[in-house]
Amino acid sequence: MTSDSGDHAGLRLRGVGKELGGRSIVADLDLTVARGELVCLLGPSGCGKTTTLRMIAGFLVPDTGVVEIDGVDVTGVRPERRPTAMVFQNYALWPHMSVFDNVAFGLKVRKVAKAEIAERVEEMLELVNLSHHIRSRPGRISGGEQQRVALARALVQRPAVLLLDEPLSNLDAKLRVRVREDIREIQQRLGITTVVVTHDQDEALSMADRIAVMNDGRIEQVSSPTELYRWPATRFVGSFVGVLNTWSGTLEPDVAVLGDGTRVPLDTPAASAAGSDTEIGVRPEDVVLGRNGAAADVARVVPRGHFAEVVLTLGESTVRAYVSGEAPPAPGERVCVRFRRAIAHADGRLVR
Amino acid sequence: MAVRWVRSALGAVAVLALATFVLGPLLWLAAHAFATSWTFPNLLPDGWTLHWWEEVFADAQLFSSVRLSLAFALTTIVVSSVLCLPAAYAFGRFDFPGRRTLLIGLFATNAFPKTGLFVSLAALFYAFDLMTTFTGVVIVHVLGTVVFMTWIPAAAFAAVPRSLEEAARDAGAGPARVFRSVTLPMALPGILVAVIMSFLASFDEAQGTYLVGAPVFYTMPTEMYSLVLNYPRQVAAVFSILLSIPSVALLLLVRRHIMGGQLAEGFQIR
Repeated sequence: MTSDSGDHAGLRLRGVGKELGGRSIVADLDLTVARGELVCLLGPSGCGKTTTLRMIAGFLVPDTGVVEIDGVDVTGVRPERRPTAMVFQNYALWPHMSVFDNVAFGLKVRKVAKAEIAERVEEMLELVNLSHHIRSRPGRISGGEQQRVALARALVQRPAVLLLDEPLSNLDAKLRVRVREDIREIQQRLGITTVVVTHDQDEALSMADRIAVMNDGRIEQVSSPTELYRWPATRFVGSFVGVLNTWSGTLEPDVAVLGDGTRVPLDTPAASAAGSDTEIGVRPEDVVLGRNGAAADVARVVPRGHFAEVVLTLGESTVRAYVSGEAPPAPGERVCVRFRRAIAHADGRLVR
Repeated sequence: MAVRWVRSALGAVAVLALATFVLGPLLWLAAHAFATSWTFPNLLPDGWTLHWWEEVFADAQLFSSVRLSLAFALTTIVVSSVLCLPAAYAFGRFDFPGRRTLLIGLFATNAFPKTGLFVSLAALFYAFDLMTTFTGVVIVHVLGTVVFMTWIPAAAFAAVPRSLEEAARDAGAGPARVFRSVTLPMALPGILVAVIMSFLASFDEAQGTYLVGAPVFYTMPTEMYSLVLNYPRQVAAVFSILLSIPSVALLLLVRRHIMGGQLAEGFQIR
């Protein structure tokens, strides 16, 4: 289903909005996904990410705005005529059909020749490592395998855009890591434009080329995982992605002045930020315990495997620090604290 | 230990009681069908014979009534399916004004005493010249099946997860194809149950059939009335056993489809 029309984006949403039950779910949303790119829609439940995905798939028609796939406006096109394929959250495999028939269904509907169907289905099941289950019923295979069948069923249609709705939420933790790597690997090998909906930041950070963080029906930031983590554009993104120590206070180039007057030296010069509504943010791994800096007391030490989470009382506030390498301090010990780097949000927006 | 013993003893008593209630009458019936006579104080019949079976099979009315019963039952299923299944789909899938009222309203025919209903029905049938016609009897039978032919399939249609239908849409199937390939096969066990119940209900219907069909149409149950009244008890026993054969055969035939549990396979409902 790939078209030859030169430089169009794989998928483009322009000013898309949707109301359901009198409530605005998605408002004026813009998003461009390049060909072959994997973008995660990340956000808390109820933020409109699934609604957005369903509008891309065609199950919902947006009230406003335009959905374009490969440069073609598909806003009013019904789901069965769209070049999209979706992997549903509960996989939605048809229990009365074998694995083969599940994967083959889309091709049968399109009246592809029998021999070609068999060939393409077998090829796809090989790709997801399920050739041995070709005759099984979906109910007889494990959750991870069902997930791969759902993926094969979507991919066999050679969609222009692949959509995944919380693809890993029904798998256990170990399997989740493996499957997300598999999905990423297959997606890159096939070079297929992909949108993944997830509420799990780990999933988003590890799979995506870019992440679109959604909140309250709007996109707060679209960035690469690294950028998103280092420079969260809004206060919401900062607290939703990763752990962030926050204080109201001000930043000077080489010192952070916390709300209670505590002054903590900075190792990396920061852009100055002052004003009544300024919030300082520091990642736990950027809290450095050393010989000089602001005095703090160790309240608790939580071993986390390859690092220790140290909870400190710094002035009137509580700070989390991740300490790796040498032995962590003991509770009750007095330590000195510096910040490797700090960010600031003024009026909810990043100061940079 | 003691608790477990008491519990298993209670369980055994319950099973025994159930068996007595379910199997007891059947055993009594079976014994009667082969008994020369069986009088009160005796624990066992006085003697065994196949005489009653010969007598029943010698009756020329028997085979025509069997054929007629089957013809009515099959016609009833077809007509009832055509009328009720689309309604069931609408009840199961769409929310429309008056949906609940209509759904409850279907019980109307079961709410009144059957005889009263049939009397007023007869008045109508006379007006439309439907008395002692095949159509008239079929209408009576269909009326008796409307409730389960609508309610059970409606529940079956409603139970098909939407995401399974959406997945089929997503794979390129139009609404008709989605219904044929996903919704209908998944609702089939429920529909099958309803069809069987309709078959049995039609097969069993006596009052209305007698009122509308007699004296032209004698089905097995109406035939049974005259047998019970005019012949010894043993003949009735033989006849009830014959009457139960189609039902039992039907149940055995479809048991696998209903109990196979296809519905629960392969998807997780959240």
